[in-house]
Formats: sequence, C-alpha cells, structure tokens
Amino acid sequence: MKQFKGRVVAPGEVTAKAVVSHGGLNTLASFQKALQFGDKNATCGDQNNADLYGKQMAGKALCLPQTIGSTTGGLVIYCACSMGRQPACMLFSQPIDSLAGAGVILADIWLKGDHTKMPVIDSLGEDFLNYVKDDMTVTVKPDGTVEVV
Amino acid sequence: MILTDEQQAILNGEKGETLAKVMETVVRYGELFGAQKLVPVTSKYNHLVTSFGLKMIGPVYDLMNELIEAGAVSKQQFSLDPRPVDKNVPANFLQNLIFNKIMYAKQDFYEGQLKQLGLMNEDAFTCACYMDEVGNKPQKGEVLSWAESSAVVYANSVLGARCNRNSGIIDIMGSVVGYVPYFGLLTDEGRKATWTVEIKTTKKPEAQLLGSAIGMKVMEAVPYVKGLDKWLGNELDDAACTYLKDFGAATASNGAVGLYHIDGLTPEAKELGEALIAENANVYVIDDAELQRVYDSYPVIWKNPNAKPKLCFMGCPHMTLEQLKTWTDRVESALAAKGNQKVAIPTVFTTAPAVIKEFNKTPYAERLKKTGVIVSYICPLMYMNNPLCGKMPVITSSNKLRTYTTARYYTDDEILDQITGGKK
Repeated sequence: MKQFKGRVVAPGEVTAKAVVSHGGLNTLASFQKALQFGDKNATCGDQNNADLYGKQMAGKALCLPQTIGSTTGGLVIYCACSMGRQPACMLFSQPIDSLAGAGVILADIWLKGDHTKMPVIDSLGEDFLNYVKDDMTVTVKPDGTVEVV
Repeated sequence: MILTDEQQAILNGEKGETLAKVMETVVRYGELFGAQKLVPVTSKYNHLVTSFGLKMIGPVYDLMNELIEAGAVSKQQFSLDPRPVDKNVPANFLQNLIFNKIMYAKQDFYEGQLKQLGLMNEDAFTCACYMDEVGNKPQKGEVLSWAESSAVVYANSVLGARCNRNSGIIDIMGSVVGYVPYFGLLTDEGRKATWTVEIKTTKKPEAQLLGSAIGMKVMEAVPYVKGLDKWLGNELDDAACTYLKDFGAATASNGAVGLYHIDGLTPEAKELGEALIAENANVYVIDDAELQRVYDSYPVIWKNPNAKPKLCFMGCPHMTLEQLKTWTDRVESALAAKGNQKVAIPTVFTTAPAVIKEFNKTPYAERLKKTGVIVSYICPLMYMNNPLCGKMPVITSSNKLRTYTTARYYTDDEILDQITGGKK
C-alpha cells in the first residue's frame, strides 16, 4: 500500500478499482460514444488512447495526468455526472487543466443528488501515475489523501 | 479571491439564486487556477463552442433553461461553432436517420434556446468567427470569455486579445456575469513563452503539419516561433492570417496551445520581441526531417488502410473567402492538367454561412460548382463523430479533424492530387 497527497478539487470519499491513462485523456473522444449510445459502463471510445480504449470508466478510479482536446471537455464531464456515468473519482497527477476543472466545478455546483457526485484530487505527482496500475484498489479520503493497494 | 462589492452582492444572491450560482461557478473556476480577482469582459461579442443539438447533452439544455427562466442572460450577443448537419453534404439513408433522428434530434430546440440567450444572427455559426464577413473580431487587449480552441488561440495570438482556454458552459457563464477570473493567458506573465521554436526548413512549412509538431511538443505551453516570418513576411495580410488560422488550430488540437508568438509578425512579438521569452525556455528545432517524422507518426485507423477514400473534407477550421477562391483556381488547374472535368472523390469545402453568401456573389462559386466540389457550413468534426463515419475512409488536410476522428491527414498538395484524380 502506498499513500499520496494531492489537492481537493471536489470533495468526497470513495473506494474503487483503478483505470490508468498515462497520456492526456481526450474527454470528448473518450466519453462520446458512451453518452450518445447509452453505454452505462462509459466504455472509453478514444482509439488514440492505447491505455484506456475499450475499458470501462464509469464507477472506476480514473487516474490520469490531465485532459486534452476539445473545449467541450468540461461540458462532457458535466453531462457524464448528470447521467450517473462518471468515474467514481478522477485523480490527476498534474494540476488540473482548465477544461476538466470547469466540468468538475459545473457538476459540483449545478447538479443535485448523490448519483452526480465525483471526488476529484489533483497534483498527486508523477510517482502516483508511475505506481498505480489497472485494477488496483484506490481509496480517496476527504483531505486529499489517496491510498493505493 | 477578492471581489468588488457588486460581485460579492451577486454571489450573495442579491440578484437572484441563479445568478449567484453563475458567479460561484466563475469564482471557483478562477480560484482553482490561483486567480486573485475577476476582470470585466470587454469584447463586443462572445463566442460559444456548443452549437450542436446533440441528444446526449440534455443536462446542458436544462441548465440553459434555468438561465433563461431566471433572466440570467448576457448583454453580450454571441457567435458559436458550426451547425452539425447540412443536407448538401453526402450522407446515406442510415447516416441521415442517425444524424437527424438520433444524434442531433434536439437541434431545433437548442437553436430556440440560443436565440433567447443572445445569438448574433442566423449566420453566426462558425468556428472562425473572427473572419470579416462574420464580424466577431475582437481588438488587441480586449478580454474575452470565449471557448473553441481554434478561435481562442487565434484571438490571443493573431489579434492580441486575452482569453483562457475556457470550456463550453464556462464561456457563457463569464459573459452572463460580465467578469472572468484573472489568471493564465489574461496575465502578462502567463503570456510569456516557455518554449522557443526555431524553424530551419528548406521550404515554407505546411501550416497544419507545423502546428501539429509544435502542439505535440509544447502541449499547453506558450511557444515563441522564430524563422517563420521568412516564409510569411512581416505583415498580417490575408495570406499570413489564413496560414496562422490553420497553424493555430493544429497547435490547439494536437496539443493544448492557447497562445503562440511569431517573431516579427504577431502583435505582441512585434511590440516586445524576445522579451516575451521566459528565462530558461526550452528549445525545439524544426527542420524538414522533423516535419517528416511527425507526418510519419500519424496512425492510420481506417479499417482497411488501403481503402479508396469516399469523402474529402477541407475547412476545419472554416475556410476564408480567399482560401475558397485560391482552391477554386487550384482544383480547376489540376483537373485541366489531368484532362478531368470533376473531382474524383466527393469533396466538401466548409466555411461560415456569411462567407458562403459572399462567395456566391463572385464568379468563383459557379466555377467551383462545375468541378463538383460542395461548399457547406457544416462542422466536419460533428459530421464524423458517430460510429458509421468511423468506418468511412475520409481524407482531410486538417490536423484537427485527424486528431478527433478517423479521418486521414494529407498535405494540401496531396489532397489536391487525390481529389482531382491521382497521378497521371
């Protein structure tokens, strides 16, 4: 077990299995098929992301450096949360980018109900992304501590 | 963050619960990036990225409704990205069914909302809103609340306006309260270059390829590009602006660039020169071999890599009037040289509705029509973002379209050769 400490972007406490993207997550490309065609697992549809393509993101601890791509990115995160198809949490090794940050804040302020919640921690460091692997158990604590087993 | 009395009053709910939530969104967004204050949005118009009535974004329509019902509407009118569907663009029965009945079934409903929220006019659907025919061209130093990566990078770099890479929805929030958080590309410090790029090619680099190379290298950093004025000159004329439009879109989509400086050409580089380069900036040298390496690195994700192309898209971001005219000449000449009358691959040139109107007033429109090329206001990216198009062999000279879809990238010359019938 190893512990990491980051900054709390959206608060919460959760335990989930990890899925890991070592490259930037293209939010639109990754979630579009899931949201548009009713895939409750939010299977990653980004063919350019070898780490995540074809893997379930909903309900998982999504570990990534940052998001990239279209400026619809924040809106996509907002919609995923609204539909209850978001990851259990998003854990960023780097400081969060402006697109993901917008989506997380929009969801936190404008959506109601437990099913829309998604704890988000950023600035966890490169060691975090080097250590965490798919299917490891990740626990997020309210103070920004992340335990990986 | 320190707020003025007026901003604090809005946050406290003195102008209603909905406006308080809008202000909270803007404030928390800024706090996330260390903003100490909000600054007024000073541009005449806003620009939004969300132009499509996708069924999947129902929660966005709910939020827009909340704004409309509460009267939380901006005083700024806005342009926005292109419409996703155009009946002039080739599509089979199944595609039409999916586009109109499933994917974009909410288009009319959403456009009704947009009118209530402040849509400039029916022709305001384009990613290149800064083109003269469209009329949303901010001035140097103006503060924007825009989204759309290619428009933001153009406004910052070529026009000298100030705007962060905002997400959809955040774009309208800043405009509604009239303030955006002061961080990143709004600040002098955030506009300093942490990369120097030295162009050492033996010919003028392809705009979309050069932008891709720089975007993938510097990601979200600000690059200061030296040696490009040798090819573009020192004046921001039509040709240079068109080049930078396509170059910038590639930097923003292949990476996450929101601002670049071109030595001796873009406004801040002309004014401040190398003083814009931060200490200990990284260096990236681009020569012919490096551009070839980048070109060769693009994966071909067609099911059959050797398939004959079924469609060609040009104009992501939307083409300028001059580009349409130049390409009319080029297509005509190449067809004549090969003894052909019409393009061999269904080809769509995309541009703003307002540009189409101007183009149609010129003799070029009829000439282009005779070659078989279709002119459309569509967003090729939205057209291709569905499972059916994912299986189609589509070619393009847009590196943005390549990045977000299964379209295959070719240089302008290669595209011209293919659409006019290949080698003779």
